[in-house]
Amino acid sequence: MGRPLSSGSWGRLAFAGAARTAVADWRFEALPEADEGDSLLARGWGRSYGDVCINSGASHLDTTRLDRFIAFDAQTGILRCEAGLTLAQILEVVVPRGWFVPVLPGTRFVTLGGAIGNDVHGKNHRHAGSFGCHVRSLTLLRSDGERYRCDSEHNAELFAATIGGLGLTGLVLDAEIQLLAIDSAHVECEDLLFSSVADFARLYEESSDWTYTVSWIDCSARGGSVGRGIFSRARHAAGGDRDPGNSAPRLAVPFTPPVSLVNRFTVDVFNRAYYTAGRRRGGVRREHFQRFFFPLDGIDGMNRIYGRNGFYQYQCVVPFGGGVAAVEELLRRIAASGEASFLAVLKAFGERASPGLLSFPRPGWTLALDFPNRGAKTLQLLASFDAVVRDAGGAVYPAKDARMPADMFAGGYPQLERFRPQVDPAFSSAFWRRVQA
Amino acid sequence: MTVKTIIAFGATSAICVALLRRYAAAGASLYLVARDESRLAACAADLAARGATVTGTSAYDFNDAHRHSAALDDAAAALGRIDLVVVAHGSLPEQADCERDDALVRACMEDNLTSAAVIMHAAARRLEAQGSGTLAVISSVAGDRGRKSNYTYGAAKAGLDAIAQGMQGRFAGSAVRVVNIKPGMVASPMTAHMEQGPLFAHPEDIAPRMQRAIERGSRVVYVPGFWRYIMWVIRLLPTAVLARLPI
Repeated sequence: MGRPLSSGSWGRLAFAGAARTAVADWRFEALPEADEGDSLLARGWGRSYGDVCINSGASHLDTTRLDRFIAFDAQTGILRCEAGLTLAQILEVVVPRGWFVPVLPGTRFVTLGGAIGNDVHGKNHRHAGSFGCHVRSLTLLRSDGERYRCDSEHNAELFAATIGGLGLTGLVLDAEIQLLAIDSAHVECEDLLFSSVADFARLYEESSDWTYTVSWIDCSARGGSVGRGIFSRARHAAGGDRDPGNSAPRLAVPFTPPVSLVNRFTVDVFNRAYYTAGRRRGGVRREHFQRFFFPLDGIDGMNRIYGRNGFYQYQCVVPFGGGVAAVEELLRRIAASGEASFLAVLKAFGERASPGLLSFPRPGWTLALDFPNRGAKTLQLLASFDAVVRDAGGAVYPAKDARMPADMFAGGYPQLERFRPQVDPAFSSAFWRRVQA
Repeated sequence: MTVKTIIAFGATSAICVALLRRYAAAGASLYLVARDESRLAACAADLAARGATVTGTSAYDFNDAHRHSAALDDAAAALGRIDLVVVAHGSLPEQADCERDDALVRACMEDNLTSAAVIMHAAARRLEAQGSGTLAVISSVAGDRGRKSNYTYGAAKAGLDAIAQGMQGRFAGSAVRVVNIKPGMVASPMTAHMEQGPLFAHPEDIAPRMQRAIERGSRVVYVPGFWRYIMWVIRLLPTAVLARLPI
């Protein structure tokens, strides 16, 4: 089983740590007293990649012990629970009773509070929207000592600010979510090869009757092969067991190598092998949902492979209006840079509106990339991506960000000024201070 | 033996919660006892949502010695037969504070020994009358040897150790089992003020081993298991050597 990261974040970049960590044990207790000049930031399992979960020099509020269910109605699939429960812990309880978390990110080791605060998305955005679309209500504890029950009718503005609000509106104590009914713990899935981004877009259009779609892009492909990849689609299977399959990782990265194992050469070899393997996997097959949704959760300490300097993730969304040109341009820039992105993932966000003022998902193509941290060289490349995304009218995802400039954030989040008054004056984060600069 | 009905004292403690969650997932019936009413209600709702049937709860001051047998009677009425009694409450004061504050020494003894001793005796009568059942008590590796870093707490836990041993003798040859669970350092609210080194275990990681020991009726189980070897060495250390160690 995974464990919370007690400091730092998933990208393992060097951020100054918190000065103090207080533990939130019980949902009916008060917030810790903050000293003059101190600020608070709720922190769960530390799975965001950059600094949205870090409050350098100030206080963290560890929420991992707020891990209690409050009420679960197995008839309606309405679940109310504390915000420190992880999606893994929720799945373990609800899957055997025929329910599923309606939106799942690429790891199950994120807390409910984190899923709300980052308004996370999954492979089913076209049909289900973002995580926030399934939050019926939540309870927010603010530094004025009040508990605010928020939903689309009560404290609606605070509700909209808290979904995707990066933990800045207060401490989410609990939330009520609508689960998705399933018949089995298995999915039917299929992998299809594509040779270009346009080809990917065509497969996506053709796959509207599949619940989940995602694709892996071979970023080391050159010349005419740029944009090739594997398109995966899946839907919940009928029949079969409902074993949640929440097993311990089979593999582990036992230590952090001094240099990144992810480099031009290894990515090239891996990508060729992976693409070739994808060619052989024909037809529709059945898989346990854990394998389809969380392939990387099977390797403990996966984030160590990038070496001691950590890595940057870059996830952007560009509106459908400009076609796939911006995605192609980003891939060309990677190819020209000589940098290696190991896990390049291309998805689409559908038309269903995200409920949060700062929600990242909006209609368009979304590309996620990762790069071992090689200092200025990597930062330059990411800045050049910003230019492409800005021109296309897109945005960068805060949950994965560690470096976007303030104007990039402001440009991508037009509701920022509406959000600002909802921020709790006692809450802050390294990310928030960075993008205010 | 499969456990279907449980009364837990100290049901809101992190270790007890982790253990009860495993039984909840298996659909056990529970009667929960703790000191704090709000915490107890939160834990009861959690266990119910996870699949347990919570037949009753009782919140009271554990120093009220007469309340314990009443809770056992209540639980027996609600559960029918009691398969398992868990005694899991306790508190961990700083040794340095005990050295200054006599009231704290007394509170440590009451929290960790006096109330637990009363519960164990009352539970033993109940299980004896039933003719079977398991009494599991959470003591501590701290009771294995008096050490300068936590001997007040250690003395209370050593008391539980002696009671468990005595009861194992008393019930030898019967179907009543007494299981003495000795956790090492466990990351929980009780130890939140301590520096969490590599020896710290998480409640959910030790719960499977506790459950196995309960179901087998083991007399003593260290959780995690490596503490058995650590404590074996510590018990063998000559007093003069132990006195020089910073433990």
